[in-house]
Amino acid sequence: MTAARPFLAALAQRGLQALIVAVIVGIVSFAMMQALPGDAAYRIAAGRYGYDMMDAAAAEAVRLELGLDRHWSVQLFAWLGALAQFDLGRSLVYGSPVVDEIAVQLGYSLLLAAGAVITSLLIAVPVGVAAGMKPGGVVDRVTLALSVFVRAIPAFALGVVLVLAFAVQLKLFPVAGFRGPEHLVLPSLTLGLGLAAVSNRVVRDAVVDAMAAEWQLFARTKGLSARFTVLRHVLRNASLPVVTYVGVQMAYLIEGVVIVETVFAWPGIGHALVHAIFARDIAMVQGTALTLGLIYVALNLAIDLACRGIDPRTRSA
Amino acid sequence: MIRRLCAAVFVSVLFFATPGLAQDKSRVTIAAPWEVTSFDPAVSGFAIQKLEIMENLVDADETGALRPGLATSWSASEDGLTWTFQLRDGVRFHDGTVFDSAAAAQALTRAWQQPGVLAKAPVSGVSANGHAVVFTLERPFAALPALLAHATTIIQAPSALDADGQPAALIGTGPFKVERFTPPQSIDLLRNDSYWGVAPKLAKASYLAAGRAETRALLAESGDADMVFTLDPSGFARLGDVDSVKTVAVPIPRVVTLKVNAGHRFFSDPRARQALSLAINRDGIAAAITRFPEAAAGQLFPPALSGWHDPALPRLGFDMEAAKGLLAELGWTAGDDGILVKDGERFSILLRTFPDRPELPLIAAALQDQWRQIGVELEVSVANYSEIPAGHQDGTLHVALYARNYSLTPDPIGTVLQDFGSGGGDWGAMGWENAEVADALTAIAATGDQTLRSKNIARVARILHDELPVIPIVWYQHTVAIASGLQGVIIDPLQRSYGLSKISWSE
Repeated sequence: MTAARPFLAALAQRGLQALIVAVIVGIVSFAMMQALPGDAAYRIAAGRYGYDMMDAAAAEAVRLELGLDRHWSVQLFAWLGALAQFDLGRSLVYGSPVVDEIAVQLGYSLLLAAGAVITSLLIAVPVGVAAGMKPGGVVDRVTLALSVFVRAIPAFALGVVLVLAFAVQLKLFPVAGFRGPEHLVLPSLTLGLGLAAVSNRVVRDAVVDAMAAEWQLFARTKGLSARFTVLRHVLRNASLPVVTYVGVQMAYLIEGVVIVETVFAWPGIGHALVHAIFARDIAMVQGTALTLGLIYVALNLAIDLACRGIDPRTRSA
Repeated sequence: MIRRLCAAVFVSVLFFATPGLAQDKSRVTIAAPWEVTSFDPAVSGFAIQKLEIMENLVDADETGALRPGLATSWSASEDGLTWTFQLRDGVRFHDGTVFDSAAAAQALTRAWQQPGVLAKAPVSGVSANGHAVVFTLERPFAALPALLAHATTIIQAPSALDADGQPAALIGTGPFKVERFTPPQSIDLLRNDSYWGVAPKLAKASYLAAGRAETRALLAESGDADMVFTLDPSGFARLGDVDSVKTVAVPIPRVVTLKVNAGHRFFSDPRARQALSLAINRDGIAAAITRFPEAAAGQLFPPALSGWHDPALPRLGFDMEAAKGLLAELGWTAGDDGILVKDGERFSILLRTFPDRPELPLIAAALQDQWRQIGVELEVSVANYSEIPAGHQDGTLHVALYARNYSLTPDPIGTVLQDFGSGGGDWGAMGWENAEVADALTAIAATGDQTLRSKNIARVARILHDELPVIPIVWYQHTVAIASGLQGVIIDPLQRSYGLSKISWSE
């Protein structure tokens, strides 16, 4: 019971945070869409019909159909009212329910984000631990140079290089698309390499700190083997900053991988959000921003819980 | 531990790498830049039609000649105000429901009430009559059957609409049915085994929207996609050296044109527009930017638009001195910085264009440089393309650069009438009225008489060539990479079909 109470409090706090985020994100994204220059009816008609079919008559038809001539406050309250009933409305451009659009896109985004984080951890943890065990050693210096090099390559260029090597030359993986698990490998590797270039240094620093800590010396002095000390104590202590950092990376990945999604023709929520902004699809922008906001809250909660699991000191506090 | 992790990565790589990469002889994968976002034919009709999921009442071959589709025959009443389309018997939609006149009339009524080609035609009613669909018109309009071959007039099953009347599925009558649709990126197709016509040889096909030209070229090179549409010049050149693919460039009736606001005091005299035209190095742009030197537009209508292209018209030339002479005649003199001045006003104008076609901003930059040489200062604004119709409507537009498809329907009269008829059009003439052209276009639209049409078309082409309400720059080539093992490929210059139902793999 005593352990459950702070847990429930954390949950309630995050729940309240989610509600506040939902309302603020909705209002802010609405305001920003209103503030953009240009006539929304023209932009929506352009997004719907393409430049061969779009003209002023189509724009006026859109204005009438969507009620864009109503006062902005009427439009905002209509959206908030629908949101209170868990209805995100229909996409102004595609006509389909926003929830359906987001469900499809978000699923692919999460899949790619998970693939990228797993790839980055598979690379960063062994590399970072190896570098951190002997700071200033050969491994440390070589991995530092490699990290700087990989980080400096834009994701777009890295993706094309990987495609040329693994898809066109070696024919190991497909170039683009998303039909099977084999399609996930190259985009995950592209993103994972970029993430690992930074996170292996976070792992390395955490390991260096842990190795220098007094409790490490104590563990060795009381007779634990070096191997056991690392596995049991050093990794556990070092994982705290790493888990927090991976959480930040995850949030960035879900929304920030538009370029990589485009290179690999991978559907995703970042791509959808960018297109929605171009086409002035207000319902879609609000729905997407809301989903991303809530994911941030959920990620924060997940990181809190993970850190509590790793570090027993926070539980008794 | 590190060694064990590395081994695990290696094993998982091997595990993922093997499946699905061998070439599948029953499937063809198409890659193109256009995303398919919606179930609605008014929005996504272009892709639904090309993939042969839904069909039109009227079909067209690759020369633009009309042929029966879901309608077996059609005829107009004596006064030309009523058109009757007799429908094909024994056709079913993919879900097994019957294709009948009620279904056809419902789909076409929806198409007519949405923005699209029918909305712009003088249609006053669509109804079902027995096993026929009847159109009533406000005035005779001979091009109606051609409009019924357009992507926005494809026939969708009534069962594809949800309770709100919104399209929620892709159900048609075509030779392919949808297995899986993941908007906006892909559509997987299966052969429709109960198709009314000749069944396709392919059992499966897929469409993948790949926005980046680099990705599409790599898809073609690796064999992941078997037909790849719209390549950038460097990708097209590189794929020319790859043995496993053939590259093809087909001229299409799309033209990069410059819309000029003839209502603006700078451009109201035709000589000003001719001067701007003379200062454009079309051969240079065609050779360096679009990389097809033969596609420099000597006149508005490209050779792909048979019946409208007139080989007898003199080519639009490139002559800086003549351009300067014309502007001097109009009273423009060079100022201190070389920019022309008249009545204290600089010849400084804004060009609107958009980045969706990557060559447009490059051509705009070329124009900026070329016009500076005759003393015209050009500022370029690259934004959303809806800024062009918006600028047309509020009158603020100076010049706009875009690509216009004169063959949206197999008969271009619909588009040409919209662009150059009385009042001009959002994507055509602005502030320019020519009664002779308007009369000739009305006559072309109303008649099916070929001699009368040809005579009027020649008049229109000649006047547009002299008056230049829009200034043509280059014609388009449709670039395609095709896997060498594919046979029966027909590249449709009208871009109505990928020809999947005729394609097969050679043994």
